[in-house]
Amino acid sequence: MIKVLFFAHLKDVIGSESVTLEMGGENIISLKKRISDQYRIDSLHTVMVAVNEEFADDSTILSDGDIVAFIPPVSGG
Amino acid sequence: MNYEITRNAIDVQEVIDKVISRNAGAVTTFIGTVRELTYGKKTLYLFYEAYEAMAVKKLEQIGREIQERWPDSLTAITHRVGKLDITDVAVVIAVSTPHRDDAYQANRYAIERIKEIVPIWKKEMWEDGEEWIGNQKETVAYPKGKPEEKDLHD
Repeated sequence: MIKVLFFAHLKDVIGSESVTLEMGGENIISLKKRISDQYRIDSLHTVMVAVNEEFADDSTILSDGDIVAFIPPVSGG
Repeated sequence: MNYEITRNAIDVQEVIDKVISRNAGAVTTFIGTVRELTYGKKTLYLFYEAYEAMAVKKLEQIGREIQERWPDSLTAITHRVGKLDITDVAVVIAVSTPHRDDAYQANRYAIERIKEIVPIWKKEMWEDGEEWIGNQKETVAYPKGKPEEKDLHD
């Protein structure tokens, strides 16, 4: 299982701050596709991804127990 | 704890006190505050959200980057989250260095990096609506899924 966290407008669109998925051995591109298909979101290309609190490439392979965060362009400060 | 996310009002002096040093000849403090008008549009208040655990790590990373570039510097950053009213303090960055030029430069570097890599988002609440800033306009895109080298070092 992996846990996926959503923030800002993604949290609003998806209606939840996290989901748990049965997944393993797949990369972030696959995960983005699953989420965008399931929730009909077409703007995930602008979203950064962090795996276990570090930015990760789309090609990163996900493992059981990973915490993945979808990070829209940030606007702190 | 030189790098913090807080839900409470920030005590500016408390952040400054963290970088006071006998080796310092300069302390610069940046105070980011909530502005009422953005391009003529009136904000009623802001709501800030953070991925807190990662945000603290990224603030610490900025601190390490500053330490590498300005070796004799000390840095402290506190960012507030939750509902903030107009004129409230959203972020305080304090940097001390032996000489003033470095203190100005390092402090500027810190705020620019916060806007690039720290997972904090603000929602502007207006009389006629609301919007998360930094996403729906899609002014910044990360086609490869994460910030590229140029995004990280500009």
